[in-house]
Amino acid sequence: MQIYLPIAELSVNIFLILGMGGGVGFLSGLFGVGGGFLMTPLLIFIGIPPAVAVATEANQIVASSVSGVLAHWRRGNVDFKMGLVLLVGGVFGSSMGVWLFAFLRDIGHLDLVIKLSYVVFLGTIGALMFIESARAMLRTRRKAPPKRRTHNWMHGLPFKMRFRRSRLYVSAIMPLAIGFLVGLLAAIMGVGGGFVMVPAMIYLLGMPTAVVVGTSLFQIIFVTANVTVLQAVNTQTVDVVLALLLLVGAVIGAQVGVRMGTKLRGEQLRGLLALMVLGVCTKIGYDLVATPADLFSLGIVVGQ
Amino acid sequence: MMAGTTHTVHRILAALAVLAGLQPALSPLAQAAEELVVDLSETVVAITAGFAGSELLLYGVGKGDVIVEVRGPVRDEVVHQKSRVLGVWVNEGKMTFEQVPSFYAIASNRPIYDFLSPQVLAEARFGPANLDLTPRDKDADPKEVAEYREALIRNKQRQGLYGTVQGDVTFKSSTLFRTKIRFPANVPVGTFGVDVYLIRDGKIVHDKTTLLTVRKFGIEASTYDFAHRHSLSYGVLAVLLAAVAGWLANVIFRKA
Repeated sequence: MQIYLPIAELSVNIFLILGMGGGVGFLSGLFGVGGGFLMTPLLIFIGIPPAVAVATEANQIVASSVSGVLAHWRRGNVDFKMGLVLLVGGVFGSSMGVWLFAFLRDIGHLDLVIKLSYVVFLGTIGALMFIESARAMLRTRRKAPPKRRTHNWMHGLPFKMRFRRSRLYVSAIMPLAIGFLVGLLAAIMGVGGGFVMVPAMIYLLGMPTAVVVGTSLFQIIFVTANVTVLQAVNTQTVDVVLALLLLVGAVIGAQVGVRMGTKLRGEQLRGLLALMVLGVCTKIGYDLVATPADLFSLGIVVGQ
Repeated sequence: MMAGTTHTVHRILAALAVLAGLQPALSPLAQAAEELVVDLSETVVAITAGFAGSELLLYGVGKGDVIVEVRGPVRDEVVHQKSRVLGVWVNEGKMTFEQVPSFYAIASNRPIYDFLSPQVLAEARFGPANLDLTPRDKDADPKEVAEYREALIRNKQRQGLYGTVQGDVTFKSSTLFRTKIRFPANVPVGTFGVDVYLIRDGKIVHDKTTLLTVRKFGIEASTYDFAHRHSLSYGVLAVLLAAVAGWLANVIFRKA
């Protein structure tokens, strides 16, 4: 059954989109990740224009983050103060990202920058996760909890703030900078940015793991909401019909994934996730270096 | 919808039959004026939620070979050329073409080369290869222009927006012909021109132009208009919709 997407201006198979939403939702429930980094490339693979894929995925992430944050909130695992500081950086970063997005599209380099960002970030994060989980699997017996850094150069920075929920007293500059960078990525790559945010919160800020995911989801809601509104205003590329179809699939898939996830061990999950991240990275990277079938393509005319 | 189409076709056929029958009785002048008659089964192509491409029928009466040309609204197109930079394929060169038909299809009753010389084809700009595609930069190197021009046509063909269908015009009698005009799902919206040419002895003896409109209807049209006219409200609503959907999902599955 075909459905015509009003903003993408093409017709897609409704079951393909629901299936993609379900599949990515399942994986995101299984691994506890947002899934934007899988969904956006998939949408581009099936022929949705990259601009529409990125902006629409931001809209869908709003829904999945709201759904996710509520569970963490009930357990008290959201550090709202930290979330707000990250968010201030995130709003600036994502606003700049949307501007950069439109600029890159106008000069004809948007696809390239989206793909390069994917290769760089997925490659780095995937490799780090893979090494970490392989190590954990090798010496699963004498497992010591990861050390929380108590003092480093960061603590010399000014504008210190107390974050009671995270039991931290650190400079506001660091979370602002992290928020900014992740916001920028979110806008350009069509992701929530959890895969960068979560490691940054644990390893750079030293936040307790329990509050990391909830806090990250909290700020992702507002950053992706900001991206959605700005993309709607600047580029008119948010397709609500596509977003709704994706989120119906994703919501159901995620529930199944969460239930499956409890049956697998943590390091095995992380290892699998790392392999998947590296797989997507390899595919996109290959497309960038392989000689395309046609060296010429049609672009977007500025000011039309 | 189906019944409506059949009805329209019957109406056209009846009108054409009357015309064909009346022809000998008309004065020579009137006869010349009615040498080519054309009608479409529909003049509006509606893009609705289930739209996956569309097809309409063109009927006509005329003696000779027939060429049917369909042109979509014109717009500027930019063509990018990739080259390798540090191992990665990057869009380096580009050329903008002005007034490019967004859609172009041509059909005939038999291979065009059998009844028209290449000169006539080029003069009348028949076929995608003969389209009038000129770059914005008038001083561009002609060799380069030719390369980009070919690429533009090739890309349009790959998207299913430029096409040639030979032998698609069929004659039902010696003078009554029909053809199907197909629009793909990615058809651009706007006003389309349908030109029908009657050819005898290698010359175009008659031509007729009919217009048709491709436009979005219903929810598709309102969503698109809303997104473009009130983009801020559209963005805010999209976010609210997503937030409510996320909350609903949480409530439903918490109880389950």
